[in-house]
Amino acid sequence: MIPLPAEQLLNLHRVAPEVVLCVFGIVIMVVDPFVQAAGRRALGWLAFIGALTALASVHLAAHFPGRAYSDLVNVDRFSIFVHVVVIGAASLAILGSLDYLEGEGLQRGEYYALVLFATAGMGILAGANELVTAFIGLEMSSISSYVLAGFRRRALPSNEASVKYFLLGSFATAFFLYGIAMVYGATGTTLISGIQTFLVSLPPSQHLPALAILGLGLIFVGLGFKVVVAPFQAYAPDVYEGAPTPVTALLASAPKVATFALMLRVFYVSFGSAQHLWFWVIWISAVLTMFIGNLGALMQTNVKRMLGYSSIAHAGYILVAFAASTDLGIAAALFYLSAYVLMKVGAFLVVTHLGQQGERRLAVADYAGLGMKQPVLAACFSLFLFSLLGLPVTGGFLGKFFAFQSALDAKIVWLVVIAGINSVIGAYYYLRVIIAMYFWEPSQDYTPTPVAPALSAALLVAAAGTLYLGLLPTRVLVLAKAAADSLSLLSLR
Amino acid sequence: MFSEFIDRRAPGRYYISALNMDSSYLDIYAPLLLMFILAAGLAGVLVAASTLVGRHKHTREKDQPYECGITPTGDARAPFSVHFYLVALIFILFDIEAIFLYPWALVYHELKVFGFVEMMLYIMILLVGYIFLWKKGALDWS
Repeated sequence: MIPLPAEQLLNLHRVAPEVVLCVFGIVIMVVDPFVQAAGRRALGWLAFIGALTALASVHLAAHFPGRAYSDLVNVDRFSIFVHVVVIGAASLAILGSLDYLEGEGLQRGEYYALVLFATAGMGILAGANELVTAFIGLEMSSISSYVLAGFRRRALPSNEASVKYFLLGSFATAFFLYGIAMVYGATGTTLISGIQTFLVSLPPSQHLPALAILGLGLIFVGLGFKVVVAPFQAYAPDVYEGAPTPVTALLASAPKVATFALMLRVFYVSFGSAQHLWFWVIWISAVLTMFIGNLGALMQTNVKRMLGYSSIAHAGYILVAFAASTDLGIAAALFYLSAYVLMKVGAFLVVTHLGQQGERRLAVADYAGLGMKQPVLAACFSLFLFSLLGLPVTGGFLGKFFAFQSALDAKIVWLVVIAGINSVIGAYYYLRVIIAMYFWEPSQDYTPTPVAPALSAALLVAAAGTLYLGLLPTRVLVLAKAAADSLSLLSLR
Repeated sequence: MFSEFIDRRAPGRYYISALNMDSSYLDIYAPLLLMFILAAGLAGVLVAASTLVGRHKHTREKDQPYECGITPTGDARAPFSVHFYLVALIFILFDIEAIFLYPWALVYHELKVFGFVEMMLYIMILLVGYIFLWKKGALDWS
């Protein structure tokens, strides 16, 4: 039974963002060897245009909601929302990479092509309605990330990051694949909506098949690794510290969003009827993730590593919304993710600039007196840190507020109390950097370098977005709610 | 032979699922299992018999690692060019391309022009990869 060619062709617009990203990536790959070293920068701009085109083509895909390619791909408001966030994060990371790569002498077409391929993979993850399709998306984004993490070939930390990420990442992928096999064995389908139908149609007297529960557990291990939640977080600080900083900005943001999207689909749609089984797993993982992330960050003197730990902590806050098991919880998680991406990419891009050549200046002490020397950059960084900390007027505050509120509505009080304690712990290490910037004596050996136009533009967008989400959240929140509603949820709770 | 495992509820989807298997399905594999046991048993018996019965006399020549009858020249764990890995990788890549061509060739007549265009696109993408490799000097052995 081969579907009609016409039907297949008609589906192309539903995967338009992925097609655009891949085509631009391929063009960059093939043009790269023919371009002189001086012209490589243009490839970066080409990649940026590619990302913007992909963003525009999301708009095209949004006009044709529905399933594509024999139900393998799902274009709903959920997938559209995640696509916009992921591709937006990638374009900011590309803008931030241009001058960094120039300074490190790493300006190469492969870099941009890999970023685009990774983004295409994340797009597939966001829209997958089938677990093997999701697996392909996960691999596309992961394999590109492994290479990107080791892009500073001469730097040992970068090598370490790449090898660690590759070994543990492949291991986690194997878990995910094994989980798919188990679920398939139990339910006879790998379609996310098909699993839901199968589990719902089980007679009430019958328990969930043990094989399906085992499969769900394995899928949680595989995806938990990629979104960096405890107890699978051990690799993250090393990888985030060792990878080139713009790559860290990408790794800490976009893959998390895409993988969380898949996790939401698998847990809420496929296994929505088994919510009583996974609730405590999420609860415990959330508590562990928050404590490990925040306590780990407390100990750091390296700002990049500190931000790495902080991104673990944020995955914990998102799990709080996840545990709520309501459509509002999903909306809160999506809102949180969009705010998180802006502030995290912004913060890492500031670190990119201040690290200077060879990423030498990463310690908190190196940030001393920045408020006097580069007031605008310092103000920008403070905004991102305040948002990460969760102070009002920033997107991070409202993200936390909605996440905790949805958990409270679902009567998960203790988890919210623990999350509140963690937010207070977080204040210490974020404020320490801000205090260093404004109240410490500036170091004498530091001569500030002007921020390049491309990087300033990226920082400006991230800062404006953080403020926008903090001041006028309604629009994005409505979109997030519509996205949550578009998931074919069972009546939760 | 798999017709009884095709999911009738969703035609076009060939689920050979564990749900549809009954215990008798596994019975057809019994001879295979028997063969594995026999093979492993025979190998085990032969090795055990020669260790138990045979004479053990070690000489310098005998204890040398076997290298196609040639006198060993050094440690096998010598570092060798990373280029071999690259070539192996490229080989796998294009090997898989060839594998995908087989199912396409099988249904070529049903897919008509659409299948042709689709496959040409696929080969074009791999061709781009080939050009990239070539220009980057991955095939250069000097």
